[in-house]
Amino acid sequence: MSAFPHRQSAHCESGVVANMLTASGLPMSEPMVFGLSSSLIFAYLPMVKMAGLPLIAYRMVPGSIMRGVTRAIGVKWNAQTFKSAEAGMQAMDAALEAGQPVGIQTGIYWLPYVPEDMRFHFNAHNLVVSHKQGDDYVVSDPLFEETNLCDAASMKKARFVKGVMAPKGRMYHVETLPEDIDYARAIPEAIRRNAKLMKAPFVPMVGMSGIRFMGGVIRKTERNKPDQLKPLLGHIVRMQEEIGTGGAGFRFIYAAFLKEAAQKLSDERLAVASKELVDAGDEWRRFALSATKMCRGRKAMDVAELDRLLNVVADRETAVWAKLRRI
Amino acid sequence: MKKDEVPQDNSRTYGGHKKLLYATNEDGGLEGVQSSGWEVETYATVSAVEALEAQRDAALARGRAGITSPLEYHMFAKRMDMATLTSATGYGAWRVKRHLKPHIFNKLTDAKLKPYCEAMDILPEELRRLPVQEPGESPEVPAESKA
Repeated sequence: MSAFPHRQSAHCESGVVANMLTASGLPMSEPMVFGLSSSLIFAYLPMVKMAGLPLIAYRMVPGSIMRGVTRAIGVKWNAQTFKSAEAGMQAMDAALEAGQPVGIQTGIYWLPYVPEDMRFHFNAHNLVVSHKQGDDYVVSDPLFEETNLCDAASMKKARFVKGVMAPKGRMYHVETLPEDIDYARAIPEAIRRNAKLMKAPFVPMVGMSGIRFMGGVIRKTERNKPDQLKPLLGHIVRMQEEIGTGGAGFRFIYAAFLKEAAQKLSDERLAVASKELVDAGDEWRRFALSATKMCRGRKAMDVAELDRLLNVVADRETAVWAKLRRI
Repeated sequence: MKKDEVPQDNSRTYGGHKKLLYATNEDGGLEGVQSSGWEVETYATVSAVEALEAQRDAALARGRAGITSPLEYHMFAKRMDMATLTSATGYGAWRVKRHLKPHIFNKLTDAKLKPYCEAMDILPEELRRLPVQEPGESPEVPAESKA
Protein backbone atom coordinates (compact mmCIF):
# COMPACT_ATOMS: atom_id res chain seq x y z
CA MET A 1 0.00 0.00 0.00
CA SER A 2 1.48 3.34 -0.99
CA ALA A 3 1.48 5.92 1.77
CA PHE A 4 0.02 9.36 1.19
CA PRO A 5 2.83 11.87 0.53
CA HIS A 6 2.88 13.89 3.74
CA ARG A 7 3.99 17.52 3.66
CA GLN A 8 3.93 19.86 6.65
CA SER A 9 1.94 23.07 6.23
CA ALA A 10 1.28 26.26 8.13
CA HIS A 11 -2.48 25.73 8.13
CA CYS A 12 -4.61 22.60 8.13
CA GLU A 13 -7.19 23.27 5.42
CA SER A 14 -4.86 24.80 2.82
CA GLY A 15 -2.33 22.06 3.61
CA VAL A 16 -4.82 19.24 3.15
CA VAL A 17 -6.16 20.66 -0.12
CA ALA A 18 -2.65 21.28 -1.50
CA ASN A 19 -1.42 17.83 -0.47
CA MET A 20 -4.47 16.05 -1.89
CA LEU A 21 -4.26 17.89 -5.21
CA THR A 22 -0.55 17.12 -5.41
CA ALA A 23 -1.14 13.45 -4.60
CA SER A 24 -3.75 13.17 -7.34
CA GLY A 25 -1.43 14.57 -9.96
CA LEU A 26 -1.78 18.35 -9.79
CA PRO A 27 1.31 19.69 -8.00
CA MET A 28 0.23 22.62 -5.89
CA SER A 29 1.88 24.51 -3.04
CA GLU A 30 0.05 25.48 0.13
CA PRO A 31 0.39 29.24 -0.57
CA MET A 32 -0.97 28.78 -4.11
CA VAL A 33 -4.04 27.00 -2.73
CA PHE A 34 -4.56 29.67 -0.09
CA GLY A 35 -4.16 32.50 -2.60
CA LEU A 36 -6.43 30.99 -5.25
CA SER A 37 -9.17 30.54 -2.66
CA SER A 38 -9.17 34.28 -1.77
CA SER A 39 -9.35 33.43 1.91
CA LEU A 40 -7.33 36.17 3.59
CA ILE A 41 -9.40 38.46 5.78
CA PHE A 42 -9.53 40.35 9.01
CA ALA A 43 -12.72 40.39 11.06
CA TYR A 44 -13.36 41.47 14.63
CA LEU A 45 -16.73 40.02 15.57
CA PRO A 46 -17.91 41.02 19.06
CA MET A 47 -21.27 39.32 18.54
CA VAL A 48 -19.67 35.90 18.08
CA LYS A 49 -18.15 34.79 21.36
CA MET A 50 -15.36 32.33 21.99
CA ALA A 51 -15.15 31.54 25.70
CA GLY A 52 -16.79 34.89 26.38
CA LEU A 53 -14.39 36.84 24.17
CA PRO A 54 -14.98 38.12 20.63
CA LEU A 55 -14.11 36.04 17.60
CA ILE A 56 -11.18 37.52 15.68
CA ALA A 57 -10.72 35.94 12.28
CA TYR A 58 -7.72 36.32 10.00
CA ARG A 59 -9.04 34.14 7.22
CA MET A 60 -12.46 33.22 5.86
CA VAL A 61 -14.70 30.64 7.54
CA PRO A 62 -13.61 26.98 7.54
CA GLY A 63 -14.53 25.34 4.25
CA SER A 64 -13.88 28.46 2.20
CA ILE A 65 -10.41 27.35 1.11
CA MET A 66 -11.75 24.17 -0.47
CA ARG A 67 -14.69 26.02 -2.01
CA GLY A 68 -12.47 28.87 -3.19
CA VAL A 69 -9.99 26.61 -4.95
CA THR A 70 -12.84 24.73 -6.56
CA ARG A 71 -14.23 28.01 -7.88
CA ALA A 72 -10.83 29.19 -9.13
CA ILE A 73 -9.59 26.12 -11.00
CA GLY A 74 -12.61 23.83 -11.33
CA VAL A 75 -11.44 20.72 -9.49
CA LYS A 76 -14.27 18.33 -8.56
CA TRP A 77 -14.45 16.75 -5.10
CA ASN A 78 -16.33 13.74 -3.94
CA ALA A 79 -17.52 14.75 -0.48
CA GLN A 80 -19.99 13.05 1.84
CA THR A 81 -21.27 13.25 5.38
CA PHE A 82 -22.90 10.51 7.43
CA LYS A 83 -25.87 10.17 9.74
CA SER A 84 -24.44 7.21 11.60
CA ALA A 85 -20.91 6.95 12.95
CA GLU A 86 -20.77 3.25 12.08
CA ALA A 87 -21.60 3.91 8.43
CA GLY A 88 -19.03 6.71 8.35
CA MET A 89 -16.28 4.54 9.75
CA GLN A 90 -17.17 1.68 7.38
CA ALA A 91 -17.13 4.00 4.36
CA MET A 92 -13.72 5.30 5.35
CA ASP A 93 -12.36 1.79 5.88
CA ALA A 94 -13.71 0.75 2.48
CA ALA A 95 -12.05 3.73 0.78
CA LEU A 96 -8.72 3.05 2.49
CA GLU A 97 -9.03 -0.64 1.63
CA ALA A 98 -9.36 0.36 -2.02
CA GLY A 99 -6.18 2.42 -1.72
CA GLN A 100 -7.94 5.78 -1.66
CA PRO A 101 -6.61 8.18 1.01
CA VAL A 102 -9.36 10.50 2.24
CA GLY A 103 -9.51 13.98 3.68
CA ILE A 104 -11.68 14.28 6.78
CA GLN A 105 -13.00 16.97 9.09
CA THR A 106 -12.40 16.38 12.81
CA GLY A 107 -12.67 17.88 16.26
CA ILE A 108 -9.05 18.63 17.16
CA TYR A 109 -9.67 18.13 20.91
CA TRP A 110 -10.15 14.39 20.45
CA LEU A 111 -7.05 13.62 18.40
CA PRO A 112 -4.70 11.68 20.68
CA TYR A 113 -1.44 12.82 19.05
CA VAL A 114 -2.13 16.54 19.49
CA PRO A 115 -0.15 18.02 22.43
CA GLU A 116 -2.27 18.84 25.48
CA ASP A 117 -1.90 22.61 25.21
CA MET A 118 -2.91 22.70 21.55
CA ARG A 119 -6.17 20.85 22.20
CA PHE A 120 -9.32 22.90 22.27
CA HIS A 121 -12.86 22.44 21.01
CA PHE A 122 -12.53 23.32 17.36
CA ASN A 123 -14.50 21.02 15.08
CA ALA A 124 -13.25 22.01 11.64
CA HIS A 125 -9.74 20.62 11.75
CA ASN A 126 -8.85 18.93 8.47
CA LEU A 127 -6.43 16.09 7.91
CA VAL A 128 -5.81 13.20 5.53
CA VAL A 129 -6.11 9.54 6.52
CA SER A 130 -3.51 7.68 4.50
CA HIS A 131 -4.07 4.02 5.31
CA LYS A 132 -4.57 1.55 8.14
CA GLN A 133 -1.81 -0.02 10.15
CA GLY A 134 -3.28 -2.84 12.18
CA ASP A 135 -6.23 -1.30 14.03
CA ASP A 136 -4.77 2.20 13.91
CA TYR A 137 -5.08 4.85 11.23
CA VAL A 138 -2.02 6.49 9.72
CA VAL A 139 -2.86 10.17 9.64
CA SER A 140 -1.24 12.91 7.56
CA ASP A 141 -2.08 15.95 9.68
CA PRO A 142 -0.42 18.87 7.89
CA LEU A 143 0.26 20.75 11.13
CA PHE A 144 2.80 18.11 12.13
CA GLU A 145 6.26 17.30 10.83
CA GLU A 146 5.52 13.60 10.35
CA THR A 147 2.52 11.32 10.01
CA ASN A 148 0.81 10.24 13.22
CA LEU A 149 -1.16 7.25 14.43
CA CYS A 150 -4.74 7.51 15.64
CA ASP A 151 -6.70 4.66 17.25
CA ALA A 152 -10.14 3.77 15.93
CA ALA A 153 -12.08 4.91 19.02
CA SER A 154 -10.49 8.39 19.00
CA MET A 155 -10.97 8.63 15.25
CA LYS A 156 -14.67 7.91 15.59
CA LYS A 157 -15.04 10.44 18.41
CA ALA A 158 -13.15 13.14 16.46
CA ARG A 159 -15.17 12.59 13.27
CA PHE A 160 -18.55 12.47 14.94
CA VAL A 161 -18.18 15.07 17.68
CA LYS A 162 -21.35 17.08 18.17
CA GLY A 163 -21.73 20.82 18.53
CA VAL A 164 -20.76 23.94 16.57
CA MET A 165 -19.43 23.06 13.09
CA ALA A 166 -20.01 19.36 13.81
CA PRO A 167 -18.11 17.43 11.11
CA LYS A 168 -20.75 14.67 10.77
CA GLY A 169 -17.98 12.39 9.53
CA ARG A 170 -17.30 14.61 6.53
CA MET A 171 -14.97 12.79 4.16
CA TYR A 172 -13.68 13.80 0.73
CA HIS A 173 -11.28 13.07 -2.07
CA VAL A 174 -10.50 14.51 -5.48
CA GLU A 175 -12.85 13.19 -8.15
CA THR A 176 -11.67 14.93 -11.30
CA LEU A 177 -8.89 17.39 -11.92
CA PRO A 178 -9.35 20.28 -14.33
CA GLU A 179 -8.09 19.67 -17.89
CA ASP A 180 -5.84 22.69 -17.90
CA ILE A 181 -5.61 25.70 -15.67
CA ASP A 182 -5.39 29.24 -16.98
CA TYR A 183 -3.32 30.77 -14.20
CA ALA A 184 -3.05 34.07 -16.09
CA ARG A 185 -6.80 34.45 -15.53
CA ALA A 186 -7.37 32.57 -12.25
CA ILE A 187 -4.65 34.28 -10.21
CA PRO A 188 -5.55 37.93 -10.92
CA GLU A 189 -9.23 37.09 -10.44
CA ALA A 190 -8.56 35.53 -7.05
CA ILE A 191 -6.41 38.48 -5.99
CA ARG A 192 -9.03 41.07 -7.00
CA ARG A 193 -11.67 39.10 -5.18
CA ASN A 194 -9.58 39.10 -2.01
CA ALA A 195 -8.84 42.82 -2.38
CA LYS A 196 -12.56 43.47 -2.43
CA LEU A 197 -13.06 41.39 0.73
CA MET A 198 -10.33 43.24 2.59
CA LYS A 199 -11.71 46.62 1.60
CA ALA A 200 -15.22 45.73 2.86
CA PRO A 201 -16.33 49.36 2.60
CA PHE A 202 -19.65 49.05 4.43
CA VAL A 203 -18.64 46.78 7.29
CA PRO A 204 -16.64 48.57 10.01
CA MET A 205 -15.49 45.36 11.69
CA VAL A 206 -14.09 43.66 8.61
CA GLY A 207 -10.95 44.24 6.57
CA MET A 208 -8.66 47.23 7.06
CA SER A 209 -11.30 49.20 8.96
CA GLY A 210 -11.73 46.17 11.22
CA ILE A 211 -8.07 46.40 12.23
CA ARG A 212 -8.54 50.07 13.20
CA PHE A 213 -11.81 49.16 14.93
CA MET A 214 -9.94 46.67 17.13
CA GLY A 215 -7.52 49.44 18.14
CA GLY A 216 -10.51 51.52 19.22
CA VAL A 217 -11.90 48.60 21.22
CA ILE A 218 -8.59 48.31 23.11
CA ARG A 219 -8.73 52.02 24.03
CA LYS A 220 -12.36 51.77 25.09
CA THR A 221 -11.74 48.69 27.19
CA GLU A 222 -9.03 50.49 29.17
CA ARG A 223 -11.39 53.40 29.81
CA ASN A 224 -14.55 51.44 30.64
CA LYS A 225 -13.50 47.97 31.83
CA PRO A 226 -9.83 48.21 32.87
CA ASP A 227 -9.85 44.78 34.53
CA GLN A 228 -10.73 43.17 31.21
CA LEU A 229 -7.90 44.77 29.29
CA LYS A 230 -5.26 42.10 29.89
CA PRO A 231 -7.56 39.15 29.11
CA LEU A 232 -8.62 40.93 25.91
CA LEU A 233 -5.03 41.57 24.81
CA GLY A 234 -4.04 38.00 25.65
CA HIS A 235 -7.00 36.79 23.62
CA ILE A 236 -6.10 38.96 20.62
CA VAL A 237 -2.52 37.68 20.64
CA ARG A 238 -3.70 34.10 21.02
CA MET A 239 -6.11 34.40 18.10
CA GLN A 240 -3.39 36.07 16.08
CA GLU A 241 -0.53 33.71 16.76
CA GLU A 242 -1.85 30.37 17.80
CA ILE A 243 -5.27 29.46 16.53
CA GLY A 244 -4.82 27.93 13.09
CA THR A 245 -1.48 29.64 12.37
CA GLY A 246 -2.81 33.03 13.36
CA GLY A 247 -3.01 36.41 11.68
CA ALA A 248 0.61 37.08 10.94
CA GLY A 249 1.00 33.49 9.73
CA PHE A 250 -1.75 33.95 7.16
CA ARG A 251 -0.16 37.21 5.97
CA PHE A 252 3.07 35.31 5.32
CA ILE A 253 1.24 32.50 3.49
CA TYR A 254 -0.45 35.04 1.24
CA ALA A 255 2.86 36.83 0.67
CA ALA A 256 4.37 33.49 -0.40
CA PHE A 257 1.45 33.09 -2.81
CA LEU A 258 2.05 36.56 -4.31
CA LYS A 259 5.72 35.73 -4.79
CA GLU A 260 4.91 32.44 -6.51
CA ALA A 261 2.32 34.20 -8.66
CA ALA A 262 4.85 36.88 -9.61
CA GLN A 263 7.17 34.20 -10.95
CA LYS A 264 4.41 32.27 -12.71
CA LEU A 265 3.02 35.33 -14.47
CA SER A 266 6.32 37.28 -14.67
CA ASP A 267 4.64 40.23 -13.00
CA GLU A 268 7.01 42.38 -10.93
CA ARG A 269 4.07 44.19 -9.27
CA LEU A 270 3.12 41.00 -7.43
CA ALA A 271 6.67 40.55 -6.15
CA VAL A 272 6.60 44.09 -4.74
CA ALA A 273 3.21 43.46 -3.13
CA SER A 274 4.58 40.25 -1.62
CA LYS A 275 7.40 42.18 0.09
CA GLU A 276 4.97 44.77 1.40
CA LEU A 277 2.67 42.14 2.82
CA VAL A 278 5.63 40.52 4.60
CA ASP A 279 6.23 43.95 6.16
CA ALA A 280 2.58 44.09 7.24
CA GLY A 281 2.94 40.62 8.79
CA ASP A 282 6.03 41.83 10.67
CA GLU A 283 4.01 44.78 11.99
CA TRP A 284 1.38 42.32 13.25
CA ARG A 285 4.11 40.48 15.12
CA ARG A 286 5.48 43.74 16.51
CA PHE A 287 2.01 44.51 17.84
CA ALA A 288 1.77 41.06 19.46
CA LEU A 289 5.20 41.49 21.06
CA SER A 290 4.33 44.91 22.52
CA ALA A 291 0.92 43.78 23.78
CA THR A 292 2.50 40.77 25.49
CA LYS A 293 5.27 42.85 27.08
CA MET A 294 2.64 45.22 28.44
CA CYS A 295 0.56 42.34 29.82
CA ARG A 296 3.60 40.89 31.55
CA GLY A 297 4.57 44.24 33.03
CA ARG A 298 7.85 44.43 31.11
CA LYS A 299 6.69 47.60 29.46
CA ALA A 300 4.27 50.25 30.77
CA MET A 301 0.70 49.64 29.60
CA ASP A 302 0.06 52.11 26.80
CA VAL A 303 -3.14 51.54 24.85
CA ALA A 304 -2.50 54.57 22.63
CA GLU A 305 0.71 52.89 21.47
CA LEU A 306 -1.10 49.62 20.73
CA ASP A 307 -3.78 51.51 18.83
CA ARG A 308 -1.04 53.27 16.87
CA LEU A 309 0.66 49.96 16.03
CA LEU A 310 -2.63 48.54 14.73
CA ASN A 311 -3.13 51.62 12.60
CA VAL A 312 0.34 51.09 11.14
CA VAL A 313 -0.72 47.53 10.25
CA ALA A 314 -3.93 48.84 8.67
CA ASP A 315 -2.00 51.49 6.70
CA ARG A 316 0.40 48.89 5.33
CA GLU A 317 -2.35 46.48 4.35
CA THR A 318 -4.34 49.33 2.77
CA ALA A 319 -1.37 50.20 0.58
CA VAL A 320 -0.88 46.58 -0.51
CA TRP A 321 -4.52 45.95 -1.34
CA ALA A 322 -4.96 49.25 -3.17
CA LYS A 323 -2.29 48.02 -5.61
CA LEU A 324 -3.65 44.50 -5.81
CA ARG A 325 -7.14 45.72 -6.67
CA ARG A 326 -5.89 46.80 -10.07
CA ILE A 327 -3.92 43.64 -10.96
CA MET B 1 10.31 38.03 8.75
CA LYS B 2 13.61 36.66 7.52
CA LYS B 3 14.43 32.98 7.67
CA ASP B 4 17.01 33.44 10.43
CA GLU B 5 14.57 35.57 12.45
CA VAL B 6 12.03 32.75 12.76
CA PRO B 7 11.67 32.30 16.52
CA GLN B 8 13.05 29.08 18.03
CA ASP B 9 11.99 29.44 21.66
CA ASN B 10 11.33 25.72 22.32
CA SER B 11 7.82 26.35 23.58
CA ARG B 12 6.59 23.74 26.00
CA THR B 13 3.07 24.18 24.61
CA TYR B 14 4.24 22.59 21.34
CA GLY B 15 4.98 19.35 23.19
CA GLY B 16 8.27 18.91 21.34
CA HIS B 17 6.74 19.53 17.92
CA LYS B 18 7.56 22.22 15.41
CA LYS B 19 5.16 24.35 13.41
CA LEU B 20 5.70 25.60 9.91
CA LEU B 21 5.62 29.24 8.89
CA TYR B 22 6.70 31.11 5.81
CA ALA B 23 9.71 33.41 5.93
CA THR B 24 11.86 35.34 3.48
CA ASN B 25 14.99 33.55 2.25
CA GLU B 26 18.27 34.86 0.85
CA ASP B 27 16.90 35.17 -2.71
CA GLY B 28 13.96 37.31 -1.59
CA GLY B 29 11.51 34.44 -2.00
CA LEU B 30 9.43 32.87 0.75
CA GLU B 31 9.80 29.33 2.00
CA GLY B 32 8.40 27.15 4.77
CA VAL B 33 10.56 27.21 7.89
CA GLN B 34 10.00 25.16 11.04
CA SER B 35 9.66 27.00 14.32
CA SER B 36 9.90 25.44 17.77
CA GLY B 37 7.76 28.21 19.21
CA TRP B 38 7.62 31.91 19.99
CA GLU B 39 7.68 33.18 23.55
CA VAL B 40 4.88 35.64 22.80
CA GLU B 41 2.58 32.88 21.59
CA THR B 42 3.54 30.61 24.49
CA TYR B 43 2.61 33.31 26.98
CA ALA B 44 -0.82 33.76 25.39
CA THR B 45 -1.45 30.01 25.29
CA VAL B 46 -0.27 29.40 28.81
CA SER B 47 -2.39 32.29 30.15
CA ALA B 48 -5.47 30.88 28.43
CA VAL B 49 -4.80 27.37 29.74
CA GLU B 50 -4.16 28.72 33.25
CA ALA B 51 -7.43 30.65 33.18
CA LEU B 52 -9.26 27.42 32.30
CA GLU B 53 -7.44 25.52 35.03
CA ALA B 54 -8.34 28.20 37.57
CA GLN B 55 -12.00 27.82 36.59
CA ARG B 56 -11.67 24.06 36.91
CA ASP B 57 -10.08 24.26 40.35
CA ALA B 58 -12.68 26.73 41.56
CA ALA B 59 -15.42 24.38 40.33
CA LEU B 60 -13.72 21.51 42.14
CA ALA B 61 -13.59 23.46 45.40
CA ARG B 62 -17.24 24.47 45.05
CA GLY B 63 -18.14 20.89 44.17
CA ARG B 64 -16.40 19.58 47.28
CA ALA B 65 -18.29 22.14 49.34
CA GLY B 66 -21.54 20.90 47.81
CA ILE B 67 -22.40 24.25 46.23
CA THR B 68 -22.24 22.98 42.66
CA SER B 69 -22.62 19.60 40.98
CA PRO B 70 -19.63 17.58 39.65
CA LEU B 71 -20.85 18.47 36.16
CA GLU B 72 -19.27 21.92 36.43
CA TYR B 73 -15.88 20.49 37.33
CA HIS B 74 -15.97 17.97 34.47
CA MET B 75 -17.05 20.65 32.01
CA PHE B 76 -13.97 22.78 32.75
CA ALA B 77 -11.70 19.73 33.03
CA LYS B 78 -12.63 18.92 29.42
CA ARG B 79 -11.85 22.52 28.43
CA MET B 80 -15.48 23.22 27.71
CA ASP B 81 -17.63 26.16 28.64
CA MET B 82 -21.39 26.65 28.75
CA ALA B 83 -21.62 27.34 24.99
CA THR B 84 -19.56 24.29 24.02
CA LEU B 85 -21.48 22.05 26.36
CA THR B 86 -24.94 23.18 25.28
CA SER B 87 -24.12 22.82 21.58
CA ALA B 88 -22.48 19.43 22.11
CA THR B 89 -25.32 17.98 24.20
CA GLY B 90 -28.34 19.64 22.66
CA TYR B 91 -29.48 20.66 26.16
CA GLY B 92 -30.52 24.29 26.56
CA ALA B 93 -28.45 26.62 28.74
CA TRP B 94 -31.24 26.83 31.32
CA ARG B 95 -31.24 23.06 31.59
CA VAL B 96 -27.50 22.76 31.97
CA LYS B 97 -27.61 25.47 34.64
CA ARG B 98 -30.30 23.46 36.41
CA HIS B 99 -28.05 20.42 36.27
CA LEU B 100 -25.32 22.39 37.99
CA LYS B 101 -27.43 22.32 41.17
CA PRO B 102 -26.31 19.31 43.25
CA HIS B 103 -29.77 18.25 44.49
CA ILE B 104 -31.09 18.14 40.92
CA PHE B 105 -27.97 16.61 39.37
CA ASN B 106 -27.86 13.81 41.96
CA LYS B 107 -31.30 12.62 40.90
CA LEU B 108 -30.52 12.44 37.17
CA THR B 109 -30.75 9.02 35.56
CA ASP B 110 -28.06 7.52 33.34
CA ALA B 111 -30.28 8.26 30.37
CA LYS B 112 -30.37 11.96 31.22
CA LEU B 113 -26.61 11.98 31.73
CA LYS B 114 -25.96 10.24 28.42
CA PRO B 115 -25.58 13.40 26.29
CA TYR B 116 -22.99 14.71 28.76
CA CYS B 117 -21.17 11.40 28.81
CA GLU B 118 -21.05 11.33 25.02
CA ALA B 119 -19.89 14.92 24.73
CA MET B 120 -17.14 14.44 27.32
CA ASP B 121 -16.39 10.78 26.53
CA ILE B 122 -16.66 9.61 30.15
CA LEU B 123 -18.79 7.08 32.04
CA PRO B 124 -21.83 8.09 34.12
CA GLU B 125 -20.15 7.00 37.35
CA GLU B 126 -17.13 9.15 36.53
CA LEU B 127 -19.37 12.11 35.80
CA ARG B 128 -21.15 11.70 39.13
CA ARG B 129 -18.05 11.94 41.27
CA LEU B 130 -15.24 14.38 41.75
CA PRO B 131 -11.58 13.31 41.62
CA VAL B 132 -10.53 11.70 44.89
CA GLN B 133 -7.14 13.34 45.17
CA GLU B 134 -6.90 16.44 47.35
CA PRO B 135 -6.04 19.59 45.38
CA GLY B 136 -2.65 20.20 46.89
CA GLU B 137 0.65 21.34 45.44
CA SER B 138 0.45 18.93 42.53
CA PRO B 139 -2.35 19.95 40.17
CA GLU B 140 -2.64 16.40 38.86
CA VAL B 141 -6.01 15.86 37.27
CA PRO B 142 -7.18 12.27 37.36
CA ALA B 143 -10.40 13.09 35.52
CA GLU B 144 -8.68 12.99 32.15
CA SER B 145 -9.84 9.46 31.43
CA LYS B 146 -8.46 9.58 27.92
CA ALA B 147 -4.99 10.92 27.39
